[in-house]
Amino acid sequence: MNNYTVEAIELTRLYGGREAVSNVSFTLSKGQVLGFLGPNGAGKSTTMKMLTGNLAPSQGSVKICGIDMIENPKEAKALIGYLPEMRPLYKELTVDEYLTIAARLHRVSAKHIKPAVEEAKERCGLSHMSKRLIENLSNGYQQRVGIAQSIIHKPMVVILDEPTVGLDPIQIRDIRALIREIGSDHSVILSTHILPEVEMVCDHVQIIDKGKLVFNGAIDVLKKQRIGNKLLIGMRNPPAVEAMLSIPDVVEAESLPNGQMRVRFAEDSAPAESIVQTAVKNGWGLYQIAPDQTSLEDVFVQLTYQEQEQAA
Amino acid sequence: MIINVARKELKSMFSSPMGWVILSLLMFAFGTYYLNGVNDYFAVMSGAMRPAERTGVTQFVGQTVYGFASFIVLFAVPLLSMRLISEERRNQTLPFLFSAPISLTEIVIGKFLGLVLFLSILIVYIGLMLSTLNIWADIDFGYIVANSIGMLLMVASFSALGLYFSSMTQQPVVAAILTFIALFALMFLDRFFAGDPSNTLASLSLTRHFQSFASGLIDTADIIYFVLFIATFLTLTVRRLDADRLRG
Repeated sequence: MNNYTVEAIELTRLYGGREAVSNVSFTLSKGQVLGFLGPNGAGKSTTMKMLTGNLAPSQGSVKICGIDMIENPKEAKALIGYLPEMRPLYKELTVDEYLTIAARLHRVSAKHIKPAVEEAKERCGLSHMSKRLIENLSNGYQQRVGIAQSIIHKPMVVILDEPTVGLDPIQIRDIRALIREIGSDHSVILSTHILPEVEMVCDHVQIIDKGKLVFNGAIDVLKKQRIGNKLLIGMRNPPAVEAMLSIPDVVEAESLPNGQMRVRFAEDSAPAESIVQTAVKNGWGLYQIAPDQTSLEDVFVQLTYQEQEQAA
Repeated sequence: MIINVARKELKSMFSSPMGWVILSLLMFAFGTYYLNGVNDYFAVMSGAMRPAERTGVTQFVGQTVYGFASFIVLFAVPLLSMRLISEERRNQTLPFLFSAPISLTEIVIGKFLGLVLFLSILIVYIGLMLSTLNIWADIDFGYIVANSIGMLLMVASFSALGLYFSSMTQQPVVAAILTFIALFALMFLDRFFAGDPSNTLASLSLTRHFQSFASGLIDTADIIYFVLFIATFLTLTVRRLDADRLRG
């Protein structure tokens, strides 16, 4: 018996012959937060629907804590909390009523319902909203109710589809903190297309594009790729590229407009100091030197773009 | 688990004005008919001198009220059943039920039971109202029981059909109209075959099977007709929802 909470095995979903998701396999262990990234229409939501048993996969299977979703849907679903992209809220009910129904449907025993509702409200910061109609709550609070609904039965796996969409920055921060907190004792899968969010809350990242997984690994790998070993140097009297290359450890130099220059240096070296010295000595008019970070966006574009080129 | 779904349905039925308005309007209408029935009874019976012309008060008043009730539920049930699934589809709340550890069959039966329980409030109310006649007269409780069972089976069949149409569309109004047309056709099917009562199609008519209950007769053949009718449409609804999961 392995310790995977979620196992997706070669998931494929066809929509009228077109593959919306093809051959997606991954595993998730307890206490991990997995970020699901991808452009619009890449198949993130479809994959999540298959994981939660809302959609039958055309091929492949899903196992939640070793229980097959297709063979034993009830047992598997009991271990999942799911917040779909469109919040499934009954707006004519109050927060308490709605959460009670959610607890009841998720097999929380009668005497534990009240404490479970209280705890979910507490964790999502909803305690003072108990008697309010969901309809009258703001967007952010409705989102919290959605999240509360998905964690009320203390599931092993929480699956959140774009949990921070449409929220203000403070609410986003709160919800991210909440996701981290949930992630410490449950497994969390969340989808998003906000890249910094992934960096902040996830330990694992998957990038999906056109139904295929193009990247699957720890967030650190992605970060390393992102920071790289490059320097961005701004000078008033930029020298020729050759002059820059003559500095030890500089491997590559590239001239940019406005007297800027991008310099790649050998690994495990720090040529910044010698560059500054050389620049001062030769009067290059150095005014800026900074590590050149490829943004996560660039990495993302690279990854999804490579895939396109390969396909072409 | 089924009961939890039914409770949820009842809760949302009573948390909107719709449920209360329909209940109070119908009860008002039944009360009026009951009162009229009692008045008419005295008017008619005072003219009927010979014993052969006389009918019991239970049957006379009961016929007025139950006859009206079986007609009015034709309008009430589609209005109540229309939102059962179509509204959840439109508000995209179905995943809430689908991702809970309950099977599709339990969801459908739960929703069906929720509506039937709601409607049975009306039937119990009519039964109680007619029983008050017992204060002045010696009434036939068997007649009321048979009619109540008949009414219950009939509204349950209506609900099953309404649930099915509700699962086919996103628009509650469309569901209501379709349900109404289908029910109307089924109710009056036997009128079209009035000249040929032995026709097979005529025996599909809901009215025909209600008639034996209306005259105070509990016929197992009719019970089975209603049970099969309900089972058919509930099965179709489950299949319709399953198609969602498979086709997406």
